[in-house]
Amino acid sequence: MDPRFRGEFVSYRWNWGILWDLSPDGQLTYFGTLLAGLKWTMLTAIGAWAIALVMGSLVGVARTLPNRWAQRAASAYVELFRNTPLLMQLFLWYFILPELLPHDWGTWMKSLRNAPLYTAIIGLGLYSSARVAEQVRAGISSLSHGQGLAGQALGFTTGQVYRYVLLPMAYRIILPPLTSEFLNTIKNTSVALTIGLLELTARARAMQEFSFQIFEAFTVATLLYLVLNLVVVACMRRLERAVALPGYITAQPAKA
Amino acid sequence: MHRRLLAASVTLGLLASLLAAGPACAQAALDGTLKKIKDSGAITLGYRESSVPFSFLDDSQKPVGYALEICMKVVDAVKRELKLDKLTVNMAPVTSATRIPLIANGTVDLECGSTTNNAERQKQVAFTNTHFLTASRMVAKKASKIVKIDDLKGKNVVSTSGTTNIKQLNDVNVQRNLGVNILPAKDHAEAFLMVETDRAAAFVMDDILLAGLVAASKTPDAYVIPDDAFSTPEPYAIMLRRDDAAFKAVVDKATADFYRSPEGARLYDKWFMQPIPLHGLTLHVPMSPALKKAFANPSDSGDPASY
Repeated sequence: MDPRFRGEFVSYRWNWGILWDLSPDGQLTYFGTLLAGLKWTMLTAIGAWAIALVMGSLVGVARTLPNRWAQRAASAYVELFRNTPLLMQLFLWYFILPELLPHDWGTWMKSLRNAPLYTAIIGLGLYSSARVAEQVRAGISSLSHGQGLAGQALGFTTGQVYRYVLLPMAYRIILPPLTSEFLNTIKNTSVALTIGLLELTARARAMQEFSFQIFEAFTVATLLYLVLNLVVVACMRRLERAVALPGYITAQPAKA
Repeated sequence: MHRRLLAASVTLGLLASLLAAGPACAQAALDGTLKKIKDSGAITLGYRESSVPFSFLDDSQKPVGYALEICMKVVDAVKRELKLDKLTVNMAPVTSATRIPLIANGTVDLECGSTTNNAERQKQVAFTNTHFLTASRMVAKKASKIVKIDDLKGKNVVSTSGTTNIKQLNDVNVQRNLGVNILPAKDHAEAFLMVETDRAAAFVMDDILLAGLVAASKTPDAYVIPDDAFSTPEPYAIMLRRDDAAFKAVVDKATADFYRSPEGARLYDKWFMQPIPLHGLTLHVPMSPALKKAFANPSDSGDPASY
């Protein structure tokens, strides 16, 4: 290829007006379909994040428990979910699992409406939970050993030590990486287009396929992701400040 | 606070330059593809990796196919037109997501595949004469006893996301009040997998692509493609850059001459009736009356009603 012709858009026709044209579904404009996609993205991300937090906390705590077997089971869970590609996991949940179940259950699963949404929420939730678990474990490990012992000295049970001593500090410490993890979860929802979820990236692809206005479609989709994530970042900053303890190594009140 | 403002203004600035670059660069289109081919001594054909039998990788991973052979006829014509002794033919793989940018930025000169020609797309690219006509049909398992569109009532039906087919399925679903649950799949292979695993009762797609998927499946006899169609036949054509009248004239004449000659029908027979170099498949799709007409009177119209 002659370098003179590379990288230079010799014939792309920009048409931002396309966003306000009616999309082929006959009801929404193209921009409307992207917003509808954003709604599915948010729904998937929030559902997956809820699972990730609950499962991640349980597994993360289990990795720090004195019980060997709990530690091993939790380690196996983490290594399984974080060391296989998310795409493979979604495919396994969506295509393979129903074939392994008893026939009637499989058929029921396959005929579910919104099956891609449920699959995406559960699949992405479990994948992210492994990563959250590692952060919870790191948060707990970062606390001085004496804190747990002090709790025990006061007569707390193991559960009470975690509930009242370790976890309140650990969560404060890991809030910044948890924010990143939530942002990752939001961006990872785009993988769900491979199992037919009509989220934001899928809508952008559909828009370019119908209209051939590929750059407009993906520019707007990129901006929507960016705005959504900036909103999340802003909210998490506020949360960090709200729960910050003076004198501890968590977020300080902003100086500006 | 200042840092945040700075970051925001940098982002906006980048965006603004991106937008401004659009119309400015469009001016360069006047260069013309013929000049580009003459200067560089090369032409680049875009091929699809799995659009059987139009453009695909054969058993030895070489791009081949019906549309690619038509493109080679065009290459010969361009070579004659420019009086070149030697013209290098480069091959570039394209997907439905990359074909527009690659055509637009000059990487690919002709897209040789199974791209539908329609009015909306003509606002962005140009198409030469139609080389195939396809209608939206469905494939279902014979065991499911689906023989017409109304049999889909209340069932899960899959189609590939972002295709005109899923739109037609949607339209028919609304018009006939079928209550079909439409599942979008990422690509054709995955959509077919959904029918294979009973995730969906049927897969709606261009009939020729369905014929290819059935022929390549483990049990071709288990599937049926009912005649009932979701659309009138739509034209497939080779895609090129818009607003390049000189190049389009050469391409149009080359394809029209080829379709009218006996060679056109022979090439069709080779790819649609004979075994093709992909696991020895044979598609068994005879030339439709509409396509016979379109070969006798070549047309680059994107309007299905004109065929």
